[in-house]
Amino acid sequence: MAYTIKVNGKARTADVEADTPLLWVLRDVLDLKGTKFGCGMALCGACTVQINGQAVRSCVTPVSAVGANEVTTIEGIGATSVGQKVQAAWIDIDVPQCGYCQAGQIMSASALLARNPEPTDADIDAAMAGNACRCATYVRIRAAIKQAAGLATADSREV
Amino acid sequence: MLLKDRDSDLAPGAAELAPDPSRRMFLKAGAAAGGGLLLTFSVPLMARAATSIPAGLDANLPSLNAFVRIAPDGTVTIISKNPEIGQGIKTMLPMLIADELDVDWSMVRIEQADLDPAKYGAQFAGGSFATPMNWDPLRRVGAAGRQMLIAAAAQTWSCAPADCAAAGGVVEHMKTGRKLNYGALAATACTLPAPDLKTVALKDPKDFRIIGKSMRGVDTPLVVAGQPLFGIDVTRPGMLYAVYQKCPVFGGKPVSANLDEVKASPGVRQAFLVEGGSDPAGLVGGVAIVADYWHQADKARKALKVVWDEGPTATQSSEGYAAQAAELAKQPGANVIRKDGDLEAALKGAAKVVEASYFYPFLAHATLEPMNCTAEVKGDRVEIWAPTQNPAQGRTLVAKALGVPEANVVIHMTRCGGGFGRRLSNDYMVEACWIARQAGAPVKLLWNRADDMQHDFYRPAGFHNFRGGLDADGRLVAFHDRFITFSDGGKPASSADLSGTEFPARVVDNLLYETSMIPLGVPTGPLRAPGSNALAYVFQSFIDELAHAAGKDPVAFRLELLGEPRQLAAPPGGPGPFGPMPQMHTGRMRDVLTLVADKSGWGKRSLPPRTGMGVAFYFSHLGYFAEVVQATVADTGAVKVDKVWIAGDVGSQVINPIGAETQAQGAALDGIGAALGQAITIDKGRVVQTNFNNFPLLRINRAPPVEVHFLTTAYPPTGMGEPALPPVIPALCNAIFAATGKRVRSLPIDPAQLKVA
Repeated sequence: MAYTIKVNGKARTADVEADTPLLWVLRDVLDLKGTKFGCGMALCGACTVQINGQAVRSCVTPVSAVGANEVTTIEGIGATSVGQKVQAAWIDIDVPQCGYCQAGQIMSASALLARNPEPTDADIDAAMAGNACRCATYVRIRAAIKQAAGLATADSREV
Repeated sequence: MLLKDRDSDLAPGAAELAPDPSRRMFLKAGAAAGGGLLLTFSVPLMARAATSIPAGLDANLPSLNAFVRIAPDGTVTIISKNPEIGQGIKTMLPMLIADELDVDWSMVRIEQADLDPAKYGAQFAGGSFATPMNWDPLRRVGAAGRQMLIAAAAQTWSCAPADCAAAGGVVEHMKTGRKLNYGALAATACTLPAPDLKTVALKDPKDFRIIGKSMRGVDTPLVVAGQPLFGIDVTRPGMLYAVYQKCPVFGGKPVSANLDEVKASPGVRQAFLVEGGSDPAGLVGGVAIVADYWHQADKARKALKVVWDEGPTATQSSEGYAAQAAELAKQPGANVIRKDGDLEAALKGAAKVVEASYFYPFLAHATLEPMNCTAEVKGDRVEIWAPTQNPAQGRTLVAKALGVPEANVVIHMTRCGGGFGRRLSNDYMVEACWIARQAGAPVKLLWNRADDMQHDFYRPAGFHNFRGGLDADGRLVAFHDRFITFSDGGKPASSADLSGTEFPARVVDNLLYETSMIPLGVPTGPLRAPGSNALAYVFQSFIDELAHAAGKDPVAFRLELLGEPRQLAAPPGGPGPFGPMPQMHTGRMRDVLTLVADKSGWGKRSLPPRTGMGVAFYFSHLGYFAEVVQATVADTGAVKVDKVWIAGDVGSQVINPIGAETQAQGAALDGIGAALGQAITIDKGRVVQTNFNNFPLLRINRAPPVEVHFLTTAYPPTGMGEPALPPVIPALCNAIFAATGKRVRSLPIDPAQLKVA
């Protein structure tokens, strides 16, 4: 059936089965390819989007569950001031290696900073542990989050 | 002395990689389409090791080519010919040209090439090859271009080239201060003869303006914006989506399937059997489901029931391998890899003998972007969009499977969402092409995570049985490894062999390396730092055991073992047709070991209980790395890695420091992730693990800070994709020993073995 969902501020319609994960609606129906498929079971975070500002794994979120809530993807996050800062920090610190997980990382990091503008290392760990980076760019992910927050980028866990 | 060279998948020697300036080097200059100067450059390698370069590359092709366009507006476009898998090649190689060309980095545009070996030579990502292969020739391309642009300016001003200087894309007449930018000179330059690359003047490294400066990834802004750069993001008009179910048992084939039921599922257009062949790297049999959307194909698959002919591998299991390995360990090895002196006599005469057996498991590559490929087949023409590390081999495979000429197969290389060696095999590419042809439409084949984890080319498991003998002064006088490994068709399986040059060979007088092999039905292949990623763990862990048995500090013991600074001898027989294999220089290793000890405060810091520091070093991919790990083990046995210190020597120049640092950090954390939790186990000929819940990736909350230091030395620069990985695993395990007194002799690390009793 046809579902109309709000994505990056625009109403978009997809004629799909009710159990179709939001991930595949975004990627294959709405042609928003920035959101990535990694595991299909909410284990890796590559598919992270925001729904009403909360980081959500779109691979296990059926389109029928989205309703009137606001979906934001990597293509739209730069329109928010937090998202813009996070993307700028990601570029400045040069976080990506292969880059495949980074959309999900940025979506989780933006959600974190929107609710917690000055996260500690422990806050970062808690918010970001659901996003795996196979290239293990974690040192720079941590630094970029702090830079986006206007904090010193040094790792406070230093021994 | 008996010796066998390690037939490594991806570890050719430096001499194979270094271009020989005395041989044919070609620089062609001409007008570029749309105006401006086009420089086309090619140089054959001195020697090509067909065995060390991924299969499918034509050894007769020129090996290194470069293409540079200078447009009338001064923009410099450099073609990036190699696959980008996150190693930063698309940024680093153009830096070499741009610096010698003397343009501003901001004027450089980089374009990804399609596969065209006739034009570009070898195009692949593996073995940390790119730096040693390109360091000299790509700088020569830039320098030649600069020389031509200066000559063009001199001709324009009727002066001598020596009266002109170039910088930032502008040539200046020094006496008068007249200036012309490269864009304005390009049209004249392309009418001039190309200089001799052999004699073209290269910069003094102190004049580098781009090399040695941190340049961010050229595609970073696009990645961060979520642009569709990856294979999985490709879309074609009229494209359908496919899934492909293969037999969970390696080598198994489909007999029949409930295709009608599957076809009734929403959106499914076609479902069919593919017979396939027996080569796991080729087209393997299975069932294809083609649908309007990928999710529909994936969902239809849940109803799929296949009758398989599982074949002989169904009797194999990890438990069975362990039992066979235990039996084989009791007998002399079937193959002697190296024998020096008299091992048994030396062990008898030793003041102390240490024995230990080590095990490491199979590992999957687990690239975050699952295998995928988009293909379009029209008659006998095939067009492919694929994330691949080795497109030429894919083209050969596809041409053969579909019975079309190779020239009719076009491959567009996309950015790869990770490689780690997995995408050196193109099995998914040939599947996509086969399915697309039968479907009669462009098809995107996408594997799900279980497909990806269960149909890999795994890092092989291995069983090492060591003995070491120490004399009364605690010096290593005898060393024995009886290595139980795996074979494929009677030969060592890919990445499962052992070299006669593995350290401590050549620094111990009485030494025996021998192997016995278990026939393996599971496909294996190179995983980042192939061979080394496993051998470093066992050898550097056992050397640590010997250090403690000798009552010596682990750093001091290693320095003593390395001995006087010298190049360890190459295997006898002289350089083969492909030149000598590079051998470790003990002085370079001593220096990084000393540096990492210094930077980590080795032996100088007091640590809390159940916290320890461990050290290891390893030489691989021409790079010298010594690493220290500090780890804390909770009473529950849970391991926390506190910090990693890395000291590396990759030659005279770290080309892109920001890129080199991130590769070192990523490699170390990659190794830690594997050691902390990863294993692929085989049961009834199939892989047990299915997803990241049972094959866990390292997460940020377990990722320690990683401090990276480079020592610059008088040697040509070498690659960074791999060599920082191997030492981190033994350094971690040795830290755990320092913290708990317990040796990690089996991976992954088992907290149950480390808890307080």
